[in-house]
Amino acid sequence: MSQENVVESLLGETTQKKKSRIPARLDFLQSATGLFLAIFMIFHMLFVSTILISKDFMLSVTKAFELNFIFEGGSPVPVFIAISIVFVVFIFHAFLAMRKFPISYRQYLRLKTNSDLMNHGDTKLWIIQVVTGFALFFLGSIHLYTMLTNPGNIGPYASSDRVFSDLMWPLYIVLLIAVEFHGSIGLYRLSVKWGWFEGEDSKVSRKKLKKAKIILTVVMLTLGVMTLMAYMKIGYDHQENYGEKYMHTTEVNHAN
Amino acid sequence: MSREITITTLKYNPSDENSKPTFVDYKLEETPGMTLYIALSKIKATLDHDLTSDFVCRAGICGACGMIINGKPKLACKTLTSEFKDARIELLPLPTFKLIKDLSVDTGSWMKNMSMRVNSWIVTNEEYDISKFEKRIEPEVADEIFELDRCIECGLCVAGCSTAIMREDFVGAVGLNRVARFSIDPHDSRTDEDFYELIGDDEGIFGCMSLLACEDYCPKNLPLQSKIAYMRRKMVKV
Ligand code: HEM
Repeated sequence: MSQENVVESLLGETTQKKKSRIPARLDFLQSATGLFLAIFMIFHMLFVSTILISKDFMLSVTKAFELNFIFEGGSPVPVFIAISIVFVVFIFHAFLAMRKFPISYRQYLRLKTNSDLMNHGDTKLWIIQVVTGFALFFLGSIHLYTMLTNPGNIGPYASSDRVFSDLMWPLYIVLLIAVEFHGSIGLYRLSVKWGWFEGEDSKVSRKKLKKAKIILTVVMLTLGVMTLMAYMKIGYDHQENYGEKYMHTTEVNHAN
Repeated sequence: MSREITITTLKYNPSDENSKPTFVDYKLEETPGMTLYIALSKIKATLDHDLTSDFVCRAGICGACGMIINGKPKLACKTLTSEFKDARIELLPLPTFKLIKDLSVDTGSWMKNMSMRVNSWIVTNEEYDISKFEKRIEPEVADEIFELDRCIECGLCVAGCSTAIMREDFVGAVGLNRVARFSIDPHDSRTDEDFYELIGDDEGIFGCMSLLACEDYCPKNLPLQSKIAYMRRKMVKV
C-alpha cells in the first residue's frame, strides 16, 4: 500500500498538501470515452446501413475492414482488434459514468421527485441517459461479445442470419433505441458541459445544439430501423441456406 | 374580471413535535397584477396568521422568497398569479436547504458554508492601502465581474439542481459562479492551481452533470452554463 494513497484517503489531500488530480482526469476520460463511443456509433451506423445500397457494397465494406487489400481474401484479426478496442473503451466509459447513477433509494426518490415536479427538459434528458446507459451494460455487452467471437463472420448473409435466424433482432431493436438516445443526448451534453460551439450567446447556441441533437436521433433511428428491416428481410429469405456465405456478384458470374 | 384562485401550500414545523407535514388549500380572489408575494401576504393577513414564508425586498433583489411554485423553483415576488391558467398554485419550500417552517428555509447558513468553502473573497499578495483607489481594471473586465456579482444567493439554482438534490455536499452553481467571478478578477492573485484546491473534486466542478436547471431557473439570468463550462475547462487542465 503506497503511503501517498494512505495519506490521501485519510486526509483528502496528498503529501504535498494538494488536492488529487484524479477527479479531473476521470471527468476528462468520462467525456473522452463518451465522445469516442458516440463517434463510433455514427460511423458504425453508416457502415452497417450500406446493406441498404446493396449486398455487394456491404460485402466490400466488411472486406475492407478485414484489410483484404493486404491479406488475400481478408483476415478476421483486424476486425477482432477493432472490436476489442471498442469493448475496452465501452467498459471504461461505463465504469466512469456509473459514478453518476443515483445509488440509494433516497437519491432515486429525490431525483425523480425533482424531475417530475420541475418537468425540466435537460434534467429529463439526463434521466433518459441514465436509464439507457444502464440498459447498455447488458445490450452492448451481448452485442460486443457476439461480434468479438465472430469477427470473420460479418457479411450480407452472415449478419442477416444472425439477425433473423439467431434471433438477435429483438435485442437489436432495444439496443438501437437505447444507443441512439444515449449517444445523441451524450453529444449534446458534451457540448454544453465543455462549452463547445458556444459562440456569442450560449442561450442561442444551446437551442441550436438541441435541435441538432433531435435531428441526429431521428436520422440515426430511421436509418437504424430501415437497416434492421433490410437484414431481417434477407435473413428471412435466406433461412433455408443458413450459414452459407454471400459471394460477390462478379465472383458468382465468374464461377458460372 | 377577477377570478378565485386556490393556493395549496405545505405546512410543517419541524421544531414542533406535534406538527405533521400537511397540505393546506387557501382560496382567495385574484387582484390585478397580483404576485405570489401579494397573495401570500393576503393569506397571512386574512386566512392563516400561522403560515410562514420569507420576504424582504418584494422586488427580486434580496433573494429571500425563493420557493417551489407548481414544481419549479421561482421567486414568489417575481411570479404573477395570472401565469397559472387553471387558477391552482401549489407551493413547496426549496429542497436541500434546512426547513424552518412551512415555506421558509434557511438559505443563509448554506450560503455561508459555501462562501467559506470556496473562499469567496479577494485574495492578494499585494499590500492593500485603503486610503488609495483600487487598482484600475479594464471596463470590459469590470462589466464581466459585475455581471457575475449580480447573484442574489436565492438558492434557486441549488433547488433546481438534481446533482445538489442527490448529493447534498455539492457546491452548486452559486458556488462555481463565485469562483469564476474571482478567477476573472485581476485584483485576485490566485492561480488556477489555487482554485483547484477549492473546487477540484466531485463535490465541486467535476460533480456538475450539466443538467442546466441552474441556468434555466436563475431569476437574474446569470450565464451559469457558460461560466461552469469555463471553470471546468480551466480545472481539467490544472
Ligand atoms: C454500459 C454502457 C454505458 C453506460 C452505463 C453509460 C452511462 C452513462 C451515463 C450515466 C452518462 C452520464 C454521465 C454524466 O452525466 O456525467 C453517460 C454519458 C455519456 N455517454 Fe454513456 N454509457 C454507456 C455507453 C455509452 C455508449 C455506447 C455511448 C456512445 C454511443 C455513450 C456515450 C456517452 C456520451 C457521449 C456521454 C456524455 C459524456 C459526459 O457527459 O462526460 N455511452 N453515459
